[in-house]
Amino acid sequence: MSDKIKIIINDQELEVTAGKMLIEITDEVGIHIPRFCYHKKLSVAANCRMCLVEVEKAPKPMPACATPVNEGMRVWTRSEKALSAQKDTMEFLLINHPLDCPICDQGGECELQDLSMGFGGSSSSYQEIKRVVVDKDIGELVSTEMTRCIQCTRCVRFGEEVAGMREMGATGRGDRMEIGTFVEKSLSSELSGNIIDICPVGALTAKPSRYSARAWEMLQSPSIAPHDCVGSSVNLHTFKNMLTRVVAGENESINECWISDRDRFSYQGVSAVDRVKSPMIKQNGIWKNVDWNEALEAVAEKLKTVRKDDVNVLASSQATLEELYLLQKSLRGIGVNNIDHRLRQTDFNDQESMGLFPWLGMTIPEIEQQDAILLVGSNVRKEQPMINHRIRSAVIKNNAKVMCVNPFEVDFNYNIESQSISSPADMLLTLATIAKASISLSKTKPPTGLAELLKSVRVNGDAKVIAENLKSASNAVVFLGGLSVQNPNYSVLRALAAVISENTDATLGYLAESANTVGAWLAGVVPHRLEAGNISEEVGKNTAEMLATSSKVYLLLDVEPEFACDNPQQAQKAMDEANCVISISPFASDKMLSNADIILPSACYSETSGTYVNIEGKWQSFRAAAKSFENARPAWKILRVLGNKLGVRGFDYVSSSDVRDELQIACDSVSGVNNAFEVIGRYSVSKPAEDSVDDKNCLYRIGEVAEFCGDSLQRRATALQKSDLKQECIQLSSTEIQRLSLQQVEDGSVNVNVNVEQGGENISLPLLVNNLIPDGCVYIASGTQASSVLGSAFGNITINREKTV
Amino acid sequence: MTILSRHEQKEIDSWLKRYPEDRSQSALLAALSAVMHEDHYLSTEKMDAVADYLSIPKIAVYEVASFYSMYELDKKAAGKNTIAVCTNVSCMLNGSDKIVEHIEERLGIKLGETTPDGEFFFKMEEECLAACCGAPMMQLNHVYHENLTPEKVDELLDNVISKTKKMSGEEANNG
Repeated sequence: MSDKIKIIINDQELEVTAGKMLIEITDEVGIHIPRFCYHKKLSVAANCRMCLVEVEKAPKPMPACATPVNEGMRVWTRSEKALSAQKDTMEFLLINHPLDCPICDQGGECELQDLSMGFGGSSSSYQEIKRVVVDKDIGELVSTEMTRCIQCTRCVRFGEEVAGMREMGATGRGDRMEIGTFVEKSLSSELSGNIIDICPVGALTAKPSRYSARAWEMLQSPSIAPHDCVGSSVNLHTFKNMLTRVVAGENESINECWISDRDRFSYQGVSAVDRVKSPMIKQNGIWKNVDWNEALEAVAEKLKTVRKDDVNVLASSQATLEELYLLQKSLRGIGVNNIDHRLRQTDFNDQESMGLFPWLGMTIPEIEQQDAILLVGSNVRKEQPMINHRIRSAVIKNNAKVMCVNPFEVDFNYNIESQSISSPADMLLTLATIAKASISLSKTKPPTGLAELLKSVRVNGDAKVIAENLKSASNAVVFLGGLSVQNPNYSVLRALAAVISENTDATLGYLAESANTVGAWLAGVVPHRLEAGNISEEVGKNTAEMLATSSKVYLLLDVEPEFACDNPQQAQKAMDEANCVISISPFASDKMLSNADIILPSACYSETSGTYVNIEGKWQSFRAAAKSFENARPAWKILRVLGNKLGVRGFDYVSSSDVRDELQIACDSVSGVNNAFEVIGRYSVSKPAEDSVDDKNCLYRIGEVAEFCGDSLQRRATALQKSDLKQECIQLSSTEIQRLSLQQVEDGSVNVNVNVEQGGENISLPLLVNNLIPDGCVYIASGTQASSVLGSAFGNITINREKTV
Repeated sequence: MTILSRHEQKEIDSWLKRYPEDRSQSALLAALSAVMHEDHYLSTEKMDAVADYLSIPKIAVYEVASFYSMYELDKKAAGKNTIAVCTNVSCMLNGSDKIVEHIEERLGIKLGETTPDGEFFFKMEEECLAACCGAPMMQLNHVYHENLTPEKVDELLDNVISKTKKMSGEEANNG
């Protein structure tokens, strides 16, 4: 591969790698060749013919994207022959392209517009009628105007090669060929929005931001995406201080040039109707707008006067590192230790054995080099779309064997070696068999704490194969995902995963929920650790303890308890019984207005400077793209003033980077990150309540966080919400529907409602057949409006047949 | 569960055997022909079923089905007998217009239509079928007929009609 050859482009002598395409070379050295169908991340199609260049001894111009370089090759990219070929191609491309640039969203940032200016002629020989293509609705996110399509097929290739599911295609032939889905259907890929970025014309544009601003009127600010643990690069576009759209940024080592739909369209939440305009205090049940000083005085007063153990602090791990650090520093400064960000976790038995932070165990590109990957409790495609993209690359480029232990079958977009499915309660048994197999494979002894559990299971063939696959791979990894963290036996799953990784020489890695989960650990927003992982002398209460028994004061940093916590009923009860709830949040829903007593309006991620630490441990800082909404303030500034009002020392920061630098210095002294830990102590297994086992209507709920309900911003992004109607459905397998004698429904239809009861609350939701759900379980996503009155996301739930119509 | 008939499945299976296991898409043309043979057109449901049967994306089936003129996607095309008259240059120069006109008059339908009794579908546009030496020509149920005259066309159509009558007569007798 490293063979170097000499070629001459436009009389410039170059030493280049043999076998590369001409266009790759010219891009590298900065010689511009016009193109539409070529995209560096997609296969070569060579169908637009725009990149024709003159090559010595070739009788006709050659497409630069499909012409490999050869020793001694001479190329002219701007000779008369090349330019005339490009000009003629442009004339052909424009034959059927409408002249509707003034009303086209792509106008001003259109590759066709730009290249026709640079390489096209000023008139056309074509006098006949242009063709028209009838549009089809392909969902809430992407708007189509297929008459504008020049059939470069980038979107088609993207679907096949990157998204891993072909949804777009070229139907018909000749002058009647059309790009589309053929039948009317919504795109279902979690990466579908990227076809907007790669479409060189205005055929595919962003539906939510359609007609809202012209390209040249918007300001672009680079930022970091807030909705998963990788921290993709994004560009925020603002128009008149309004966040108008988000497009992908480039960062080869993180997101290459793609972003998830979640990161692209969540921005709509920034202009939600329930943004808070001013600090508010509730007096005798009536909300009153107050100035910042009065509000912060009231908060400080409240925090100073109560017993410190009565103060509970819950923070979103989507908050910036600076916010989380100042929150921790100010509250710990007055002696509050009840502080946590692990809102959906319920099993905290092993928190002491956690490393500095949950770490991926490698860099993101290194995922592609893995030969065997075991996913433990992860619907990775929906949870972490960019990680899933890397795993897919590992499968395709590296023939990686991907195996998973999950509570339901996941619809992967690549070939899977095996899926071990068991109900959430039995997941640990499945994992234990694999652990046992790995122990016998490496002929070691089981850790005493797990001996009893491991004794109770028998190794089967499947488990053996999984352990062998991991052991025989030169690069293997065991990833713990979100469905593990939410599992009532998370500590046991984690210990078993550690046993497996140790005995198979696999890396242990975590796929954390949020953009700044790692940052929250580093900032010390956990009850047992201070900043930079320093051990706290006093161990405070964790989330479960804070919500299990009600307490006097709750301080919430961008937390909506009914959506963000594992058990909404329990969280609501805690809020009801508290005598003061303080919320620092950009939003105030009706629920929040009834729960809270003081509301401090904070800025959204696009309105504040800050830092996210991604799952690799990479610190990425960003600046505000727009001013804060009305009288809201960046939360780090709110907390800076609060720290001063509480009389805590060292709150003289001028900018958010001062805060970051202080923490960075503290973190620099900490030695390397390591996920490995010794499995010591006794592990107890918690089981679902026995009393309901006999009830045939009682099922185990799988309460995965709905794809677009992970945080307050996404829940307010209207297009995303409309694009996933399945999230508010009760999903059961057809055998389970039959067993419960519920009315059978057809695949995909949602016209039968089923009533369920959990913790005394009843809700009715449409029934959806999903045969990927195991028997004995029912899938009801958490984080949704409907499930915000239910109990634990993973626990027993009863089907109410009498109330079901 | 697939909605493909047993005969269709058998036909597809026999084609699948001829290609490597991971190249099931190769059997797509034959699979669609099998469906065409039974239904005389390709419904979206049947195309989806073919996609599932071959484990390929649905859009890959739509692409192929919409590309080739031998497949019909419109239910209107589901006539028992398909007439396709070539109207390309050679046939046109040798009087294919008259042939089209004659068939339209005889059956009382226009190009692209099906007779009310569902017996005949008159295909909209047929590209050159490489039988220029016998122009004008047509395909009647995929069989080539060359050097056409209105009389010859009548004879061919009469043949088809009497065959159909005979068959339905037999069915009536048997019933």
